[in-house]
Amino acid sequence: MKLSRYPGLIIAVLLVVLVSLYPIITGSASARETVFTVLMSLALASSLNILLGYTGYVSFGHIVFFGLGGYVGFYALTALHWHLLLAVLAGGAAAGGLAYALGKSILRLRGAYFALATIGVNEAIRAFINNFEPFGGPVGMDMKFAVYHKYGGAMQALWIVYGGLIVITLAVIFTSYAVKRSKFGLGLMAIREDEDAAEVMGVVAPNAKTWAYVLSAIFPGLIGVLFFFKNGNIEPGDAFRLHLSIELIVMVMLGGQGTVLGPIVGGAAYQQLRKTLLTSPLFKNIQLAVAGFLLLIIVLFIPSGAVGWLRSRFATMRRVLE
Amino acid sequence: MVNVLLASLIDGLLIGFVYGIAAMGLSLIFGVMDVVNLAHGPIIALGMFGVYLLFSVLGLNPFIALILVAMMGLLFGLVMYMTAVHRVIDAPPLSSLLATFAVNMMIIGIGTSLFTTSSYNVEYSLGTVTAGPINVTGTRLAASLIAILVTAALYWFLYYTRTGKYIRAVANNRSSAELMGIPSTRILALSFGIGTMLAAIAGGLIATIFPINILAGGSYELKSFVIVVMGGLGNPLGALIGGLILGLMEGVVPVFMKTTWVPVLEFMLFIIILLVRPQGILGAKE
Repeated sequence: MKLSRYPGLIIAVLLVVLVSLYPIITGSASARETVFTVLMSLALASSLNILLGYTGYVSFGHIVFFGLGGYVGFYALTALHWHLLLAVLAGGAAAGGLAYALGKSILRLRGAYFALATIGVNEAIRAFINNFEPFGGPVGMDMKFAVYHKYGGAMQALWIVYGGLIVITLAVIFTSYAVKRSKFGLGLMAIREDEDAAEVMGVVAPNAKTWAYVLSAIFPGLIGVLFFFKNGNIEPGDAFRLHLSIELIVMVMLGGQGTVLGPIVGGAAYQQLRKTLLTSPLFKNIQLAVAGFLLLIIVLFIPSGAVGWLRSRFATMRRVLE
Repeated sequence: MVNVLLASLIDGLLIGFVYGIAAMGLSLIFGVMDVVNLAHGPIIALGMFGVYLLFSVLGLNPFIALILVAMMGLLFGLVMYMTAVHRVIDAPPLSSLLATFAVNMMIIGIGTSLFTTSSYNVEYSLGTVTAGPINVTGTRLAASLIAILVTAALYWFLYYTRTGKYIRAVANNRSSAELMGIPSTRILALSFGIGTMLAAIAGGLIATIFPINILAGGSYELKSFVIVVMGGLGNPLGALIGGLILGLMEGVVPVFMKTTWVPVLEFMLFIIILLVRPQGILGAKE
C-alpha cells in the first residue's frame, strides 16, 4: 500500500493526530479540555456528514444518538457497574439500534418532512426520558466519585477518556473516508443527487440509507458515553439539546458537506470562533448573534463550505483534498 | 369530575385557537415556498416582547399594541425574506433551513443580551367570565376571539382578494404564475411577511395569558411543527384544526396523567402521523 495514494486521508489524520498530541506532550489539563471539545465537535460533525453530506438527508435531531448513547452508557456504569469500555460499546449499540429502527421507518420521508421527523424523534425521546424513573426522570443521574477509582482516580480517568475520544475520532475519519471511496458510498451519493434515478440504476435505496443512518449514529452514541462519564452527571436537557444538533450542521456546512476534511476543518474552526467570541469583550454578549450572521453569510454566498470552495476553485486541490 | 373535564376542555380549546394561528404562519410559508421557517419561535418571542414593551413602557392596551406588533411582524418578514431567504428558495432544503436558523440565532443572541432569559409578565387582566361551573379568564377568551378573527381575515384574504389569489397561484405553480404576469418575488415576500405576522400576533396573544421569556418561542415553534404536520404541511386551515386538537390534548390529558407526559404524547402523535399519513389529517396543500 502506497501512502501517497491517499492524500485526503493522510491530511485529515495528520491534522487530528497533531492537534491531539499537543496536550499529551505538554501534559496540560487545560489544553486537554480545549482539545477535547474540538475533537468531540469534529467527530460528531464527521459522523453526521455520512448522512448529511453523502446521502443528502438533513437530520436535525442527530443529537438524539449522543443523548441516548450517553444515557444507556451512564446507566450501565452507575447502576450495573459495567466497565467503561463495555458501557461505551453499549451506548454505541443503543444508538445504532435506534437508528436502525428509525431508518426502517422515518427514512421513507424526504426533504423537509424527514428533517421535521428527526426533530420530533429527539423531542419525543427527551420528553420520554423526562418521565422515565430508572434514568432519574427530570433530574437525571449522578456518578459517584467511587466509580472513578476503578480507573485510577478522577485525574487518570480524564486522560483515559481523552485517549478514548482520540481513538473514536480517528475511527470516524477512517469510516468517513472508507464510505466515500466505496461502492456503498457511491450509492449514497447517487441517492443524494437523485434518489429515483439511483434506484433505477440498482441502488437499493432503503437499505443503503438505513446503513448510512446507522453508521452516522453509532459514533455519537460512543462519544456520548465518554462525554457524560467525564461530566459526572446526565440530565435530559443536556443530553438532547437540539441546539447542539444544529451547531453540528453548521460545522459540516462551514467546512464543506460531503467531504472528508470538511467537517474536521469546520468543527475545529467553529469551536475556535466560539471561543474567540466568548472571550472578546465586544462580542461576549452577542456571540450567538455573530455566529448566526456568519452562518447566514456562508449559506448565502459559499454554500459548498471552505473545502468545497477550495476544491471547485483550484484543480490541484481536487486531487489532494477529499 | 365532569366539571373539571369540561373546564379543561374549554381552556384547551381556547388556547388551541392561539396555537392554531402560530402554526398557520409556519404552514403558509411552507405551502407557498417550501421553506420551513426555523426562525418561527424567536419571531413568536419578538411578538411577546413587542406587546410587553408597548404595554409596560408606553402603557398601551395590549390588544391595541397587538396591531402595532402585527405590522412590525409583517415588516420583519419582508426584510427577512429579502435578505436571508430569497437567495435560497430554489436551493436544496438544507440551505433554507440553515438560512432561517441563522436568523433564529441572531434574534436569540440579541434578545438574550437585551432581556436575559428571565421571565416577564404582562400585568393586564380582563377579569373572569363565569358560565355555570366554568371559569375562564377574560384575557384567554379575548385572545381566542382575536385568533378566530385573524383566521377569518386570513381566509377572506386568501380566497376573496386578488393578492390572495396571487399567493395561492404562486403556491400552486410558481413558474406558471409568473407566465401569467404575477410578480412572484413580491408575492413570495408578502407571503413570508404574513407568515411572520401571524407568528408575531400569536406571540402577542400568548404574552397576555402566560409569563414570557425570550426562549419561550422555541416551545411554541415545536408545537407549531406538531400542529402543522397534523393539519397537513402547507394547509393553513388544517393548521387551525391541528391547533385545536393540540389545545384539547393539553387541556384534557393532565386530568388523567402527569402534565409532563403531554409532550411525550404530542411528539409520538407527531411521528405517527408523519409515518402513517404525512399529508396530514386534512391533506396537504391543494
